[in-house]
Amino acid sequence: MQLIACPWCGPREETEFSFGGQAGVAYPEHPASLTDEQWAHFVFFRDNPKGPAAERWVHAAGCRRWFTAVRDTRTHRFLTTPELTS
Amino acid sequence: MSRVAGYGRVDRRGTVTITVDGTPYTGHPGDTVASVLLAHDARPQTTSVKYGRPRGITSSWTEDPTGLIQVEEPFPEPMLLAATVEATDGLVVRGVNGQGRLAEVPDTARYDRRHHHCDVLVVGAGPAGLVAARTAARAGQDVVLVDDRPVAGGTLTGTETIDGAPSLAFVDEVVAELAALGVTHLQRTTAFGHYDDGFVLALERRGETARTRQRVHRIRAGRVVVAAGAIERPVVFEDNDRPGVMLASAARDLLHRHGVLAGREVVVFTTDDAAYAAAADLADAGATVRVLDARERAPQGRRQRCEERGIPVETGTLVHGTRGGERLTAALVGPERREVPCDLLLVSGGWNPTAHLVSHVGGTLVHDPAIGAFRPATPTPDGVTAVGAANGTFALADVLREAGGTDAPVAEPPEWPEPTLVLWRTAGDPTRQFVDVARDATVADMERAVGAGMTHPEHVKRYTTIGTAHDQGKTSGILALGILAELTGRPIQEVGTTTFRPPYTPVAFAALAGRERGDLFDPVRTTPLQAWHVAAGAEFEDVGQWKRARHYPHAGEDMTAAVLRECAAVRTSVGIMDASTLGKIDVRGPDAPVLLDRLYTNMMSSLKVGRVRYGVMCGNDGMVVDDGTVLRLAEDRYLVTTTTGNATHVLDGMEEWLQTEWPDLRVRLTSVTEQWSIAAVAGPRSRDVIGAVFPDVDASNDAFGFMTWQDTTLDGVPVRLARISFSGELAFEVTVSSWYYPAVWERLLEAGQEYGITPYGTETMHVLRAEKGYPIIGQDTDGTVSPHDLGMSWAVSKKKDDFVGKRSYARPENRNPLRKQLVSLLPTDAATKLPEGSQIVDFCADGVLPPAPVPMLGHVTSSYHSAALARPFALALVKGGRERLGEVVHVPVGDELVAARIGETVLVDPEGARRDG
Repeated sequence: MQLIACPWCGPREETEFSFGGQAGVAYPEHPASLTDEQWAHFVFFRDNPKGPAAERWVHAAGCRRWFTAVRDTRTHRFLTTPELTS
Repeated sequence: MSRVAGYGRVDRRGTVTITVDGTPYTGHPGDTVASVLLAHDARPQTTSVKYGRPRGITSSWTEDPTGLIQVEEPFPEPMLLAATVEATDGLVVRGVNGQGRLAEVPDTARYDRRHHHCDVLVVGAGPAGLVAARTAARAGQDVVLVDDRPVAGGTLTGTETIDGAPSLAFVDEVVAELAALGVTHLQRTTAFGHYDDGFVLALERRGETARTRQRVHRIRAGRVVVAAGAIERPVVFEDNDRPGVMLASAARDLLHRHGVLAGREVVVFTTDDAAYAAAADLADAGATVRVLDARERAPQGRRQRCEERGIPVETGTLVHGTRGGERLTAALVGPERREVPCDLLLVSGGWNPTAHLVSHVGGTLVHDPAIGAFRPATPTPDGVTAVGAANGTFALADVLREAGGTDAPVAEPPEWPEPTLVLWRTAGDPTRQFVDVARDATVADMERAVGAGMTHPEHVKRYTTIGTAHDQGKTSGILALGILAELTGRPIQEVGTTTFRPPYTPVAFAALAGRERGDLFDPVRTTPLQAWHVAAGAEFEDVGQWKRARHYPHAGEDMTAAVLRECAAVRTSVGIMDASTLGKIDVRGPDAPVLLDRLYTNMMSSLKVGRVRYGVMCGNDGMVVDDGTVLRLAEDRYLVTTTTGNATHVLDGMEEWLQTEWPDLRVRLTSVTEQWSIAAVAGPRSRDVIGAVFPDVDASNDAFGFMTWQDTTLDGVPVRLARISFSGELAFEVTVSSWYYPAVWERLLEAGQEYGITPYGTETMHVLRAEKGYPIIGQDTDGTVSPHDLGMSWAVSKKKDDFVGKRSYARPENRNPLRKQLVSLLPTDAATKLPEGSQIVDFCADGVLPPAPVPMLGHVTSSYHSAALARPFALALVKGGRERLGEVVHVPVGDELVAARIGETVLVDPEGARRDG
């Protein structure tokens, strides 16, 4: 069981966290102006990289704060100290 | 008796009596079932799983592929090893014929867990582990040391010298020093799994007299030192499964640990130096011994010591088979198969480092021709080191140096070794050469696997089952790799290994569950009224973690009868329900209206203070996530209610939007589910009840309109009243601090007495709401249902530029006329209650289903008997249902096709006349 460094609480066991998918997928500024295909890409499509991936995590059983972290999907290692999501 | 005076560490002053296969045997404290049996020249009555061949005891610890027993007393436990079960007085066991049997009585023993955080975890308290632990502890590090045997010392027999002292005295000294240095030192504790970031699970067997039978230690270590030793490797030959064939190290272990001589006439068949020590020790203890060394050259010093004891040593000599019935009588030696009489055939084919815990965390193994075995590859995973035999370092002096560095004790310099000969098997009949004795898997089975085209060890393992028994191939796994290499004509390093996975040894589920069983398995949430519900005879249902009163049956009533009575009471007089489990979220801050406008499909910013609005929340895909009421408490404050089961999910979802997408919004979200309790008072007489309990409140329709709320007090306690109805009847929700809730509930009951106020449960609530067509999110929806599908287009704002889900409604699929829509179904026989989940089939002819696949129109989501309608009814999601109102569809119920008419969802009081009383 991995330790994940919560930026607020420090290293905690992974069972305290929930995964929130790919980071950096912003809610579109004007959804109404998007084509159906563009909207579908926002709602349903996410990258699935082999290697470093920027991800959103939440310390669900702790401080309940969201943060962004870069993790290597091949090794599960976190490559950066997580930052608070903005 | 084969107990030898002067040997072993059992307590000979004490006696234990155990019963094996119905026969009582005496042994001593410190014995195992195996050592007791061997001391009596006996074996457990076990046979092999596939061929029913007799099985003996092949080794003295967890690697034993045979010697399986079923413990009957003190508590039934299947598939344990005679070699590892400690002999305690009164123990009753029997041999296992193939498979064991789980206990049929409840296990009343306690299992628990303990957490450790340390700088260094050392696994194994043999010479390597002890010295590694001592070095770390002396350097001031926090150390945990675990070892699976009852006592520390590993394979040290006492015949070695460390720092000038007998080795066992050295062990005692180190153990004492570790205790003085504050090391957490656990014996009888098997590190069975190694996970990321230095996390190791270890099982401690505390015994039947301990308060806790077994304990799982959850250890988080900065560094893990694997000093788990090595396991001797057998050599495969014909009939190598016969009782009396044993690992050389096991015979030596039994002698020095238990004072048991496992045989009198001993043949030692070896490809390695270590077995010479076994030969010499067994001869010293009184056995007649002969050494057959497969190598052309025997190690000089060792050979000499054997010959001094009259042990003949033959080199270049192989064992090809065995003779005997249920017990060994002879080894068949050399190509001419010369019979050499013996009652114990010791085998040594070299040593395999016990590197499982390195492999668990992704460490690879590499074949080292110098030791003829796989050892941990360097670099090992971060924070993990292997020392001693687990690292392929076998000579004691080298082991100590590797484990202790500059702080290492010294042993005699190792003798000049004769290289180990790698020998997987000798020539013979492959159908009788057992690779995995536990699985009855032979060389012939492997030949079949290779003949079928399998060359990867993982494939061969699954085809032959080699390595899948209780021992997980501790002795057979590497043998299988070697034989696979031979059969496929490849060097073993090209064959690769299978992956070691936890657990290292079998672990009872009871131990993993620990104390989280029964009532402690999952938290149970109850409202402050729980005791009242129980006293009122409620039947409960689980909603998430909550216990909710489902109905309150009177004597002689079943659920249907109770629910019909409760429904009738609400529709004709007044009922009261505990609605405290509803999720409640306090939304506060100047931007609270903005946030709720974005999250709800309808407008919340326009809601006036003092008013209540029903709202629907969707996901980006436009599908309904939750619904509930929203109370505007102040310009900058709302109280949001959610469905009981969805409360945390909704709060988490709102937090996610707020934190990750709109952190600029000045809003705070707080769960107040447990702080506020709610009594729902519903029915035409509810106004009378409220008026009586809260005389300061004008509950008339003009003064207290539908979907408004008012604050009042009761004996100085603040109370909030809201006119919210989930039944279509005139109804009030009474909200009060959970501390005062039972008292307020009693006041309401008292005031309602003259109207026959009837407590009703969730089942009744479900019927009442279904009669009004109100959906339950999660029951009438499944994540593919939009507000429009529910007939709630009125709750979807057309004014707002955007809200979560809005863009998805413009997708063509959302306008597909064949989307499933919520409708009611009335069985035309007015008698059948359609089972929830029933499929609606596209079929209009009589009686017979069309051939499969039967076209499906949708399914029944809710179904009840209605008191108001005096008939059963259902809600259903039906393809294009809104266009099919009035049509008859068919629902298979058992072998019958039940006809049902599609209708509007609101079946009771469609004009809404009842809500104002």
